[in-house]
Amino acid sequence: MPIGLSCPLPLAQYPKITMAHGGGGRLMHMLIDELFTTAFGKTEEHDGATLEVEGGRIAITTDSFVVKPLFFPGGNIGTLAVNGTVNDLAACGAVPKALTAGFILEEGLPTETLWRVVLSMAAAAEVVGVPIVTGDTKVIEHRDGNGLFINTTGLGMVADGVSIAAGRARPGDRVLINGSIAAHGVAVMSVREGLKFESDLKSDCAPLAEMVQRLLTAVGPTAVHVLRDPTRGGVATTLCEISCAAHCCVVIHEETVPVADGAMGACEILGLDPLYVANEGKMLIIVAPDSADAALATLRAHPDGKDAAIIGEVVESPQGRVIGRNTFGGERVLDMHSGEQLPRIC
Amino acid sequence: MRHISEYRDASRMGPLLDAISASVARPINLMEVCGGQTHNLLKYGIDAMLPEQLTMLHGPGCPVCVTPLELIDQAIAIAKIEDVIVTSFGDMLRVPGSHTDLLGARSEGADVRIVYSPLDAVDLAEKHRDRQIVFVGVGFETTAPIDALAVLRARQKDLDNFSLLAAHVLVPPAIDALLCAGDVNIHGFLAPGHVCAVMGYTEYEALAERHGVPIVVTGFEPLDLLVGIHMAVRAIQTGQATVFNQYRRVVTREGNVPAQQTMRRVFALCDRKWRGLGLIPNSGLRLRSELSRFDAAARFGVAGLTARESTECRAGEVLRGALQPPQCVAFARECNPDHPLGAPMVSAEGACAAYYNHRRT
Repeated sequence: MPIGLSCPLPLAQYPKITMAHGGGGRLMHMLIDELFTTAFGKTEEHDGATLEVEGGRIAITTDSFVVKPLFFPGGNIGTLAVNGTVNDLAACGAVPKALTAGFILEEGLPTETLWRVVLSMAAAAEVVGVPIVTGDTKVIEHRDGNGLFINTTGLGMVADGVSIAAGRARPGDRVLINGSIAAHGVAVMSVREGLKFESDLKSDCAPLAEMVQRLLTAVGPTAVHVLRDPTRGGVATTLCEISCAAHCCVVIHEETVPVADGAMGACEILGLDPLYVANEGKMLIIVAPDSADAALATLRAHPDGKDAAIIGEVVESPQGRVIGRNTFGGERVLDMHSGEQLPRIC
Repeated sequence: MRHISEYRDASRMGPLLDAISASVARPINLMEVCGGQTHNLLKYGIDAMLPEQLTMLHGPGCPVCVTPLELIDQAIAIAKIEDVIVTSFGDMLRVPGSHTDLLGARSEGADVRIVYSPLDAVDLAEKHRDRQIVFVGVGFETTAPIDALAVLRARQKDLDNFSLLAAHVLVPPAIDALLCAGDVNIHGFLAPGHVCAVMGYTEYEALAERHGVPIVVTGFEPLDLLVGIHMAVRAIQTGQATVFNQYRRVVTREGNVPAQQTMRRVFALCDRKWRGLGLIPNSGLRLRSELSRFDAAARFGVAGLTARESTECRAGEVLRGALQPPQCVAFARECNPDHPLGAPMVSAEGACAAYYNHRRT
C-alpha cells in the first residue's frame, strides 16, 4: 500500500530536527531509514546510485555543503563541493563526467567571498577534468550575513565489470585506507569560532577518482568489493554502515590506522577519537584477500595514497559490528556515533 | 609522539601485569576516581587482564555526571532568554536535564555554542556587547582555574555582559564522603592525575591518614594505569596508608601554585549538591561575594530552580562505585547514548558510556 498523508509521522520522539540529525551518526541514519526510506522506498546503501542506460551504466550522486567557516586551512566550501561529489562518484567506481552546482546565498554575503569560492570550484573541477554544466541560484533572507550553501550533483560512467557496493564485503576481505585520517575535521575545528587553536594542520580535501581508476585497473574491477569515502562520522561510522549492509563484521587493528602527529595531538587534547573525525580526501577500500598487497602497492605509488595502509579485515561475526583491537589486547566496539562528536571538558 | 607512544608500549605490559598478579594475595577493591582513567582501563582492556581478586571500582570523577540536574535546567532556562548566548564545553550539551538538554534547547532556537576555553566566551562577550554571554562552568579543580581567569579577564575589561553559571566541585571532599558513607568497601584509590597537577596532593595525605587507605596519584595512559595499580596493590598488601605519586612527570606535591591562587581570588568554598551523591559539605566552589555580579544564576533569576532526579536512573550508585554499569537493568536497553537516562551514559568520561563503547565483544 502506498504511503499517504494519514501515515503516522516517523521519529515521533524527535519533534524537531537537531544538529545531531545531520552529524553522520545514528540519528541521521534513523532519519534516513525511518523517514526518507518510508516515503521514497529503499535504495542502495551507498553515497551514489548506478543506473543501467542504453549504451552503458551511469553513476549519479548528490551532496550538499554547509561547512562553517567557509574557508579553512587546506580548502574552502567550494573545493569541498567539487571534491566531495567527485569522491562519491569515485566510490561508485565511476569516472566523473559532469557536475551541477546549486547555490543558496544569504542576503548580505560579500560578493567577493562568493567569487573566491566559485574560482576555487572552477580550479578544483579543472584538476579532475570534469565540467560544471548547469546550476541554480537562490537567495534567502539575512541572518548573520555569511550564509553560503552549495549543492553539487555528479554524473559519471561506470566501466563494465565494476560492481561496488557496501553489501559486497565478504569474510576474508582486507580493509585499506589511502592515508592519514582525521586531518579535515581537526583543521575545520581549529578555525571555528570559539574553538580556535593553533595548528598547522590542513584539510586533506582532494579528488580521488583518478587514484580509484588506477586501482581498478591494477587489481581488476571484480577484486574491489567496496569503496567508501569516510567523511562525516569518520572511518568508524562508515565501516559500521558497511558491516550492516554486508551482514558481516569488520575488525580494525587500531595501531595500523595512519594518523598524522598533528591530528593525533589535537584529538588527544580535544578528547576526540580520530576514527570518528571527518575526512575529505580518504577512501576506505575493501578488496579480495589475494589482491590486498597489489592494491596497497598501487595506492602507495599514487600521490594521494603514499601513506596507504591495510588496517583490518572482514570476518563473519558478530554481524553488523565493527571491532577495534589495540596492541594491548584490548577490544572495543566501534559503534555508530549518536550525533556530533563534541570536545570534552578536561 | 613522545608521551603517547611510549606510555602505550604493549611490550612493557606483560611484566607489569605479572607484578600486579604476584602482589595480590586477597580480594582488593581499588577505585580509580577519574572518568578518563575509567575509559582507558576499558578501552585498552586492562580491567579484563587484571587478576580476578582485584576489582576496579569506578569513582565519581566525571565532571558532567556529577553536575546537578538543577544546573542543567538553569542553563537551559537562561539559554531560552532572548539575546543570551550560552557557551560550554562540548560534552555538557548532551547531558539530559529534567526535560531536554542544551542541544535540544538549541534546536528550539536558543543560541548555544561550544567553546574550547572560557576565555573564548569572554572574547565573544567583547565582540557581542549587545548580547549576554554565559559560560556554564562545571568540572573539578582542573577547570576551575581557567574559569576563574575568565572572570578576572571580564572584570579587567569591564564586560557587564559576561557571567558564569558555576558548579565546580572538589575531589577530596567526595572521596571523604564515599569513605565516611562506608557502604562500598574501598581499599585504595587512584587519585586523578590532572586534578593533582593543579592542586598537588597534600590534601590527599590527610585523607589517606584519616581513613587508613593508600592513594596513588596516577596518570591516564595504559602504562601509567598499570604502574599506579601496582603501586596501590603493594601499598594495600603492606598496609601503607599514605600517598604515592606515579604521575611525577606532571604532578608535584605543591601543585600549580599560581593556578591555586587564581582560583582563591575568584572562588570561595561552598556546600554543593552532587548528582547521585547528594549534598557534600564544602565540596564546591562559588563566586566570591565581591565578584557576585558575574554570577549568571543571580543575574537571570534562576537560582531557585529545583529539579527531581529520575527514578529509572541508578547513576548515583554507579558514581559511588556501588554498582557496575552492566549490572543496571536499563544499561544498553532503555538507556543508551541516543536515549540516555543519566549523564554517565553521555559524557566522554562517564562510566556507563565507557562500558557501552568498550564492552566485551
